[in-house]
Formats: sequence, C-alpha cells, structure tokens
Amino acid sequence: MATPTTPLWEVFIRSRNGLAHKHCGSLHACDATMALQAARDIFTRRGEGLSIWVVPSNAITASDPSEKGMMFEPAESKIYRHPTFYEIPEEVGHM
Amino acid sequence: MYTQALNASESDERQVEDAVRNAAFQARIDDEERIEPNDWMPAGYRKTLTRQISQHAHSEIVGMLPEGNWITRAPSLRRKAALLAKVQDECGHGLYLYAAAETLGTSREELVDAMLAGKAKYSSIFNYPTLTWADIGTIGWLVDGAAIMNQIPLCRCSYGPYARAMIRVCKEESFHQRQGFEIMLTLCRGSEEQKAMAQDALERWWWPVLMMFGPPDKVSQHGDVSTKWKIKRFSNDELRQKFVDATVPQAKFLGLTIPDPALRQDADGHWRYSEIDWDEFKQVLAGNGPCNRDRMAARRKAHDEGAWVREAAAAFAEKRKPRHAAQAAE
Amino acid sequence: MAAPSIKVSETPLVLYLLRRADDALILGHRLSEWCGHAPMLEEDMALANIGLDLLGQARELYTYAARVEGKGNDEDKLAYLRDVRQYRNLLLVEQPNGDFAHTMVRQFFYSVFADLYWRAMMKSSDATLAAIAARSEKESAYHVRHSSEWMLRLGDGTAQSHARAQTAIEDLWAFTGEMFALDQAERALVDAGIAIDPAAIRPQWLMTISNIIGQATLARAKGDWMQQGGRIGHHSEHLGHLLSELQSLQRTFPGARW
Repeated sequence: MATPTTPLWEVFIRSRNGLAHKHCGSLHACDATMALQAARDIFTRRGEGLSIWVVPSNAITASDPSEKGMMFEPAESKIYRHPTFYEIPEEVGHM
Repeated sequence: MYTQALNASESDERQVEDAVRNAAFQARIDDEERIEPNDWMPAGYRKTLTRQISQHAHSEIVGMLPEGNWITRAPSLRRKAALLAKVQDECGHGLYLYAAAETLGTSREELVDAMLAGKAKYSSIFNYPTLTWADIGTIGWLVDGAAIMNQIPLCRCSYGPYARAMIRVCKEESFHQRQGFEIMLTLCRGSEEQKAMAQDALERWWWPVLMMFGPPDKVSQHGDVSTKWKIKRFSNDELRQKFVDATVPQAKFLGLTIPDPALRQDADGHWRYSEIDWDEFKQVLAGNGPCNRDRMAARRKAHDEGAWVREAAAAFAEKRKPRHAAQAAE
Repeated sequence: MAAPSIKVSETPLVLYLLRRADDALILGHRLSEWCGHAPMLEEDMALANIGLDLLGQARELYTYAARVEGKGNDEDKLAYLRDVRQYRNLLLVEQPNGDFAHTMVRQFFYSVFADLYWRAMMKSSDATLAAIAARSEKESAYHVRHSSEWMLRLGDGTAQSHARAQTAIEDLWAFTGEMFALDQAERALVDAGIAIDPAAIRPQWLMTISNIIGQATLARAKGDWMQQGGRIGHHSEHLGHLLSELQSLQRTFPGARW
C-alpha cells in the first residue's frame, strides 16, 4: 500500500512594504494553519518576510506552456501599446 | 505553475518520443532557456533529474545526522547556536530540494520511501562518523566547501525549480563554510591538544571529501546526457581540481598538513593529488561505510516513530474539512 | 584533569537571572536533541527554531547575570562550569523528551507560562530585563501558538495520539506548580518592581491551558501535588546526565577556547 500523501502548498512571501508577494517554493502540510507555520519556519529565518500567502497547489490554474505562442505572441506585435512608439517633439517637454 | 495535471495523461514510458520534439527541446537547452515543470521533456531528462535532485535532498537530510551528533556537546553557547542553525538549514535545503523533485511528478512520500528502503542513494560523505569537535569544523570547511563547488554551477542548471532551489541554498551555504573554517582556526590557534585534534580530523576527512565529487571522468556513467542537457556544467574531475586548488592554501593558512605526501603544484599552478582509493568509495556506496547502517536506522526510526504524529495531523485536518468548506462557501 | 566548577556569587538579582537562564538553556537543549529525528521535516525546522529562540534568551540572561555578578564570569563559564547542585532551572524543563506528545505538552505548559511571564516583565523596573522580556515575549507568543496547535492535533487527532497526549499531561502535571512559586530569595526583587510574583499569572495560565485542553478533547490531570526543588538545585536524576553531555568538552579541556 502506498504511503498516503500530505497536501502540497505553494508559498508566496512579501519581503518588504510595497512589494508584491513572490513565489518562493512549496511545502507539505495537512491544513492551512500548519502550512503557514511551516512557511514561516522554512522561508523567513533570515528576515525575508513581512507577509506570507499559502495556497493549495491544486487551487492554482496555470497556462499551458505548449500554448505560449497563442497566449503571448500576439501582444508582441502591438507596439502601439508602448510609449516609445509615439513621437513627441522635444519642445513639448517630458511626457 | 506546479500543477502536475497537465503532464499526467502522458505515459512517458509508452509514448513514442518523436525526433521533432526532442530537437525542439534540445534547441531550448542550447539557447540557455529554463525548462519549467509543465514543459514537454524527454523521459530521460525527467528521470535523470528526479534521481539527481532527490539524491541531493536525501543527502541534506542524512547530512543532519553527523553534525547533529555534536549539538548537545557543542563547547560554547555561540557554537551551539551556530551548529543548531546550520543543521536546521540543511533540513531546509532538503525541503527545497524535495519540493523541486516533486515538480517532476514523484511525490515526496515516494522519494523518501525509496531512500528508507535503501533503493535511493545519498552522498557517500555522510557515512563517516564525527568523532571529535574538530570533525564539525572540518565538515563545515571541507564538506560544505565541496558542496558549494558543486552547487554554484547548479544555479544555472537548465531545470528552473532546481536552479532556483540552488540559488536559495547557495545564499545560505556560505555561512556554513565560514562557521567551519572559524572553528578550525580557533583550534589551530589553541592548545597543542586542539591543534592535534584539528590535524587528526583533516586526516580522516580529506580523502572521503575528494570522493564526494564522484568517480573520475573516464568512469562516470551519467556524465554525457547530464552535460548535453545542461544539468551538469562541469565534470567531476574539473570540480575536484577546483576544490583542491582552493583548499590547499587554506590548509597552509591553518598550519595543517594535507594527508597526501605526493601533493605537488604543477607548472600551471594546479595542485596535483595522489590516486584516490576508489575501492573505498565503492564499498561505501555499497553500504559498507562506517555509518551507513546507523544513518539508515536513524532515519527509519524517526520515520516509523513519527507515523502516529503524522496520522494525527492528517486525521485532525480531515475532521475540520467539511466545516471549512461550508465557511468558505458563505 | 577536569575543569572544576566555578563558584557563583548568588546575590538576589544574579540568582534570579540564573534561574531564568537555566530554564531557557535546558529546555532549548532538550529541543535540540530532536534535530534530525522529528516526525516530519517541517517539525525539525520548528523545534530547531524554538530551541534557537530559547538559546538566545539563555545567552542574554547569562550575559546579564555575569555582568551583574561582576566577578569575570561570562555566559559560557556559567553554562559549562556549574554542576547539577548549582543549576536553578525548573524541574519541568529537564524532563526527558519522551515521545512527541511529551515534548509538546511540556512545551505547551512552559510556553503559556513564559508568554504571560515575559509580557508582565516588560514592565520591570530593571531596564535590561524589560528589554529582554520584550524580545522574549514575541518568541514565546509563537511558541504558544505552535504548541497549542499541536495540542489540538494530538488530542483531537487519532485514538493513539489522544492517549499519548493524555499520558503526557498526567506525567508532567506535577511539575507545573513550580513555575508559580515565589521564595524568599526573590521576594525583595518583587517588592522593588524588578521581578513579578508568578502566582499572579497562574489564573490566566490555568484558563488558557484548560481552554486548549478542552478544545483538544483532553482532560486536566487529577491530583494537585506539585514537585519542586529545581530552584534550589534539588533536581531530578535527569539533569546530571544532561549536563555531563553538555559540559563534556569544557570539562575535559580546562581553559581551552572554542
């Protein structure tokens, strides 16, 4: 009989005020409380954390890597979304 | 992200890997692109990485034991705290690495079960005993030093989760080597007995540490694909030479003598060392090192005696589930 | 030739500090024994963290004690060169780890006390102690959270975990009274506002642990006989073995620097 598995969680940490939470790894825990405590013990021993999010791994929906072309390439040709596409005379000043 | 569902339907053994997919994969590797968990990858890549990453993880966990052996006897409160923090870091490294290995589709439980059943390997070095406090200094100085040599190139390994785990590990690892070297320095500047303790430890650990880098290049079986797939950036002998070249001056600084009478610097400045006893290495890998049985017994004991605790946590979580689901729905 | 024990000038404040430092060191040491052997890796991390917190508290308290004593001692001399009869820790903290339930119940009983204690001590008229208390309280708060969550999981987990937790409560109950005892030696410090009378926090302690024990479907221990003696060096047989291990290198190599 295979050993029962403990649920997997993804961990996101906000390291400084104003920054976004960043994914830093995953861990195993039976419930959210244990996951939060484990995340604190594993990922914030060197003062790396102000805020922790733990999310069950199976709650995450990911884009399919094989669809990279369809998902992301169309944006590459829409250069009019970038400020550098537009020419503003220097006399107008900074815009 | 790390959802394994996307690749779950593929049965890697049975599918016919067409040349086109393999070529595209190799092109990504050659382009220094990172491979992420749900990308297509050859079965061999997945298998080799699972083996390597999990072996690395097992090594970190088993590695807690020889050093953990001296926590209760650490000779000052400062050393006690540093050693406890170091061993805790090793545990953390094991956790990062198991998590990375899991993204390839094998659960942590399966990986650990394989190790406890004796089917998976861990680094040979941890099958040696820590007999004196000087061993603790030597492990930090040499074993962690060797590990750092290995791990820095791995930060650029082609597999994203492994590379990122290694970056985290390397950040933490440098305190480990410094802690060890500082212990050695203190001993070498201490009493005659302490100096002798340091010299004795070096003599017992030197050759096993050189063996950590693995068999000589002409013999190693995993080399070719690992290099092609940018899992391995340098060969065993290259890393071993780099390590010796870095360490010889350090030993000189400490006033210690490396137990290799034939050690000579060549015209290019490299330190040429004597032939390694590969029989000893083979024996240790086969389970006949001084501590193999003890290490496995300790890990099995922790696992077996901890079963009721893990079951309790799982049972509690199960009991609380329906209530949480109802609350979340409100 | 072994290093002999030092003699410490146990004036009231020094004695007070040694008691609290010894509590933290011995308990931290006990937790460090789990390293590499915990039921799961996440708990190896947690127990090491708690151990490091306690070790840190011990070091601060020893260092302050040595300063107050003013006889040239330091944290290491105090920790490594006093024998069993000179150690002043609670009997509770020197009890062996036993199984995970014993370790967690011991931690739970102690941490709930320590958190209340340090919070009250933040108002100490001794500025150094107040500062140590402020840092220690944050750490203890986390220890309370961690051990409470385990009390719930052990008590309300499986039949086996419940039985082990209940046994641990029965085994350790008689050591809890000592935490709240106040003797003549500390009375003057309490009157001066330097220390608090721990009896004052017992009602809150009792309420907190009863609450968690109840939620965990466990029962309080019967009987109210309380063991004591640790505060004056009358220890259980366990401490001698612990100190033999802890002090072995310093005793074997007199005067060596590590």
